[in-house]
Amino acid sequence: MKEFGYTVHKERLIDYDRNDKRVLNHLKKHEPSVLTCIACGSCTATCSAGQLVDFNIRLVQTLLRRGEIEPLKKEVRKCMLCGKCILICPRGVNMRNLILAIQTAIDKLQ
Amino acid sequence: MTRTTVIIGGGVAGMTAASRLADLGEQVILLEREEQVGGHLRNWDRLFPNRRPGYEVLNYLTEELGSKVDIRCLQTVTTIFSGERDFQLQLASGKSLRCDALLLATGFDLFDARRKEEYGYAIYDNVITSAELEELFRSGAPITTRQGKVPKRVGFVHCVGSRDEKAGNLYCSKVCCVTGVKQAIEIKELFPEAEVFGFYMDLRMFDRHFEEMYYEAQQKWDINFLRGRVSECAENQDQSIVLKIEDTLTSRPLKMTVDLLVLLVGFVPSPETLRLAAMLDLPVGEDRFLEPADEHTKSTLTVKPGVFLAGAVKGPFSISNAIADAGTAALQIHAYLKTL
Amino acid sequence: MIIEGKKRLWQEYQKEIADDRYFYVRSCVRQNFFPASEKVFLRILKEELGKDVYENAAHTTCSGIGYHSDVVPFETAMTVIARQFSLMTESGYEHFVTSCITSFGLYSEVLETWKHFPDVLQKVRGYLKEATGRTFELPKNVAHASDVIFRFRNEIASRGTHRLVNHLTGKPLRVVEHIGCHYSKMFPSKGVGGAEYPYVLVGMIEDWGGEVIDYPERRHCCGFGFRQYIVRANRGYSIANSKKKFESMKPYQPDFILTNCPGCPMFFDRWQYALSEMEGVTYGQNGEGIPVLTYEELSGLILGYDPWDLGLQVHQVPVEPLLDKLGIPYDPETKFAGKDGQDLGRPDAPTHMKFF
Repeated sequence: MKEFGYTVHKERLIDYDRNDKRVLNHLKKHEPSVLTCIACGSCTATCSAGQLVDFNIRLVQTLLRRGEIEPLKKEVRKCMLCGKCILICPRGVNMRNLILAIQTAIDKLQ
Repeated sequence: MTRTTVIIGGGVAGMTAASRLADLGEQVILLEREEQVGGHLRNWDRLFPNRRPGYEVLNYLTEELGSKVDIRCLQTVTTIFSGERDFQLQLASGKSLRCDALLLATGFDLFDARRKEEYGYAIYDNVITSAELEELFRSGAPITTRQGKVPKRVGFVHCVGSRDEKAGNLYCSKVCCVTGVKQAIEIKELFPEAEVFGFYMDLRMFDRHFEEMYYEAQQKWDINFLRGRVSECAENQDQSIVLKIEDTLTSRPLKMTVDLLVLLVGFVPSPETLRLAAMLDLPVGEDRFLEPADEHTKSTLTVKPGVFLAGAVKGPFSISNAIADAGTAALQIHAYLKTL
Repeated sequence: MIIEGKKRLWQEYQKEIADDRYFYVRSCVRQNFFPASEKVFLRILKEELGKDVYENAAHTTCSGIGYHSDVVPFETAMTVIARQFSLMTESGYEHFVTSCITSFGLYSEVLETWKHFPDVLQKVRGYLKEATGRTFELPKNVAHASDVIFRFRNEIASRGTHRLVNHLTGKPLRVVEHIGCHYSKMFPSKGVGGAEYPYVLVGMIEDWGGEVIDYPERRHCCGFGFRQYIVRANRGYSIANSKKKFESMKPYQPDFILTNCPGCPMFFDRWQYALSEMEGVTYGQNGEGIPVLTYEELSGLILGYDPWDLGLQVHQVPVEPLLDKLGIPYDPETKFAGKDGQDLGRPDAPTHMKFF
């Protein structure tokens, strides 16, 4: 292969058709409360970890729903499982179990 | 002398106002352009938020009218002469009418989705409007793609022709959000295996039971709401639709194929309303809907004595709100007639 | 696809295109990229159609490349354009025709600016007067050269020797059309057919017997950009855009790509080569590339001009498979012979793309 001094940029869009929905399908069974998230961000605002590191717990459900597994894997590891987000969530999404169940599903995939 | 009220437009607002005025002992002539009264409600299968059949409401309004109102269908008003205290209407049929009060209930048109060229309505096979979907539901015909396939993924595009300054409509059409949620649920009822998406900017669940319906759509029906405005659609080789949208919650562009794309078309003022308003010198708002005498306190009156407004001539209305508004208009007309 | 829907839209975006007495301005780069295109345009208009086309040797760049690369301020661009108009006025012409899409976009942008802000026009008149002593009239009609070919497409077809039909199978050729972004994305009403479903090239393809492919990434930019291409490190961005389009059009098996911009055919042509070398992929049939033509080159083929007189030998994606489908004779021996018969030299064959 020839070198021209540049490489072909990778697309940064979310290609929903190609993304992997297996983790999402696992979650629909094991923590269906995730379906009711309205992305209000109150979880992120109160999150202990998110005050100090680049962690957005609201984004966890968004990435899950889009099937964006690679960034999701990185994101779930940042949660400290303190449970403050569950206390605040207006829709009663069980975020602790969400994080754990996502981890379980990811582990299963590997 | 008998006092006569002419109501132009036999949709939900016109029918309701006619019944209320007749109940109050007024003589009413209801003019309708089409063959039958009922307006847009005639084309709607089920109503939000409880998904009851539209014909139930239509039948109720029709039965209420009974024979107490003089209903004249296939009538178009060509000219209106405003007298000192009354109005002379010239009809296309050649007949003329005199009345003491005039109620404009000429309603709205649906936004012409062809104007959003980037969505490819009337160009791509599988882009339809919410009104067409409703018509499909009502006909009971099997819902398929134009190629006869059972849809596996269906998308609903919110705000088509609404909140869109470029389309000339800065306003929110109010009822499309809830219509989109209702129709998404109905698609899931028919096709439990289908993936259903709503592409929205805000979900404006403004009235009673609406938010609960949205919750049900998420919780029970697994309908996926993706925040962003669809920016363009194209047709794939198999006639499915590929759409581009920003997933604003991840700040990344997103591409997705759907088998069927439903455009939730908004309200626009009907040319008929504007034509009548011009004849009567009624003020028209920047949104091209008619202006009442006072937005809060005289919402069914106009600046012109004897001329009244009800329903969607004043902007987007739900059926419940149009019925309530028409009742108010009837009372205001009755009060006005007593002063003559 | 509901073709009536497109036809209805095309009806809405008709534009006035003058029918004679053109003041023609060339592109900065096209004579390097596609050496015969502008010459063929003049030949068709003057010799085939008997039109009056005038070029003024004193005309310069419109400064669009600099403007879009952020090195030329808008005031400067407007003054340069005012000078072109003064050359047109002096020469006694009123119909302005540009070869370049970005020029067309910039002329449109400047005229639109002057329409809405007459004080800016007065200022620019002052700048030009001060700098050069010149004055100018605004053109009565501004068209892109592809508009002019579009206008005379039926005359070209009736004089032509070839149609866009595979002469072996009798089937219409399948064509991807690509419009330069600056043709109508900024001002949809200034492009034939508008911006979402432009008709200018579609009209040529259909009336010359071909079939148009509408593929999902049709509206996407070719990736040229200006800043993006000029800096080498950024070229991965440019090539990724072209690649996105190639991948989207490939399943439709296009016979060729037709373009109306200086940059798009350049990059569709060269990037197919670069992608074949970088990733080993080709987008045509049997290891071939998809030939890329300018509308002038295609007009020349329709009119039966010799492919090597049209400069098709300098394309990086070989055009021979297309010529074979069209039944156009060519002499492989003279492919790399210059106009004076002197050997131009033969390029190295690409590693993966089929070469002739």
